[in-house]
Amino acid sequence: MNSAAFVVIAILTLAAAFASATLQKLMHAALMFALTFVGIAAFFFLLGAEFVGLVQVFVYVGAVAVLIVFTILLTRRDVQDTGKPNWGGAIIAIAVFGGLLWAILKTPALFIAAPQIEALTVKRIGGVLMTDYVWPLQCVGLLLTAALIGALILVMEDRDEG
Amino acid sequence: MSDSLDQIFIRIKQLLLAPLAGAPDWVMQIASALINIFALLGVFLTLFALISVLERKILARIQNRYGPNRVGPFGLFQPVADGIKMLIKEDIVPARADKVVHFLAPILIAATAILALGVIPYGRNMTPFAIDGGILFFFAVGSTTELAVFMAGWGSNNKFSMLGAMRAIAQMISYELPLIITTFPVVMVVGALSPDAIVVAQNGYSFGVVPHWFVTTPWGAAAFILFFVSGLVESNRTPFDVPEGESEIVAGHMTEYSGFKYATFFMAEYIGMFAISGLAVTLFLGGWHAPIRGLEFIPSYVWFFVKLSILLFIYIWIRGTLPRTRIDQIMNFAWKFMLPMAFTCLVAAAVWHYAGRGVAGWLWSLAVLGIVYIALSILLDTRKKFGTRTYRFAE
Repeated sequence: MNSAAFVVIAILTLAAAFASATLQKLMHAALMFALTFVGIAAFFFLLGAEFVGLVQVFVYVGAVAVLIVFTILLTRRDVQDTGKPNWGGAIIAIAVFGGLLWAILKTPALFIAAPQIEALTVKRIGGVLMTDYVWPLQCVGLLLTAALIGALILVMEDRDEG
Repeated sequence: MSDSLDQIFIRIKQLLLAPLAGAPDWVMQIASALINIFALLGVFLTLFALISVLERKILARIQNRYGPNRVGPFGLFQPVADGIKMLIKEDIVPARADKVVHFLAPILIAATAILALGVIPYGRNMTPFAIDGGILFFFAVGSTTELAVFMAGWGSNNKFSMLGAMRAIAQMISYELPLIITTFPVVMVVGALSPDAIVVAQNGYSFGVVPHWFVTTPWGAAAFILFFVSGLVESNRTPFDVPEGESEIVAGHMTEYSGFKYATFFMAEYIGMFAISGLAVTLFLGGWHAPIRGLEFIPSYVWFFVKLSILLFIYIWIRGTLPRTRIDQIMNFAWKFMLPMAFTCLVAAAVWHYAGRGVAGWLWSLAVLGIVYIALSILLDTRKKFGTRTYRFAE
């Protein structure tokens, strides 16, 4: 059943990704991109990484996709594509894909059967984040706080104007 | 006797699954999931029909009039008439709308609203889909609502739709923050993200009459109120229903929807309200636990739905009482008051935990909350704002 689910999810995700690359309207492409994120989250669920899958939906569909959609809405006057395929982008995408494929095929771990690990509970992730990875976590927190304050300064009104 | 009554729905499900005994594991899984889904849909769509007529009756009572009373006894069959009306109405799609996006938006919004119901424990052993990160699932699914609202607003190709969608997304994103942060104290104190564990942690009574619900602690009470207000905003209810303020922007992102699609939006809004209230009951009001030990013989799911009904009544009561706020007031309230108070709840919960979870912790966390509340009131000083109204853009 798992392999059948894998095939279905893979086809849907790839189709959504392909559609987001080729659709004429930029907004449609962005919405398809959100669907791709959902597909990737489904893969995490399939692998038993519930927490990562939920965070994927939470962050990428709930925040990043909304951000992309708003960016398109607020910056473009015409959301229609010109119709010409973007060859430069295609070449870069193929190069990145090739590089990743080469790296993955070279990995020896690909041919070793995965060892049985205990179920990945949210509690364990929390424990590890708070002990082994506490410094990276704090650094990310600091970075995000700085970004938040920066955003606030950018949109702050000038008092003397109003 | 009371135990068999308590578990009656579990028994029924086992009976339904009995003919499938011996089938492969995945068949059983799918059959069990389907039974859960149909039960969930049946219960909550009935509740939706019931609440839609009760809301009109209660609002009518508040406004000193009769309300629907023509269809059936006391107007109870009004939802049936409404449903038939909605189904046979013409479905109008604007000529310049984005047809696909316009069509998909109500489906997505209803689907996400219903998905969120799946993780709430409705009674002892009665969680439809018990997953480890249930609370996270609830909010992850809830956050996709914003995309659906955006799709409705943008796909309609109407300025009122777009403005309504912008307002809705702005206030949903702002209030998602206090909504999620007020659940953190509970998650922290229980040490688990699963709703079942949270309900189990609220078991027990002091002196047999004071339940160990989180709402009985100072941080729990404060977090509950903040959660409830954020829930009002998230479900676009009065006094925070500016996304569909009919006197300003027609019906917001639902302007260009008619017939059954409009009904779907309406339904999603109510289902979202049930889900948020259900989560509030789970997090703060002890889930399916009885309020005093002597009443534990009443089945657990009855208690859950009694608490849910009380919260829904408060929703309707507020709608009948308070006028609509302005969008800038809503935003200021979110970032200047709700967010700091939500973080204070987190600190107060930590203080409560480290002071031994007893009377001392109770008083200490109350002190923390009180200090921050008074400091915020002085800092924001809302009193000085009452004066002659000045108009910036109109003479």
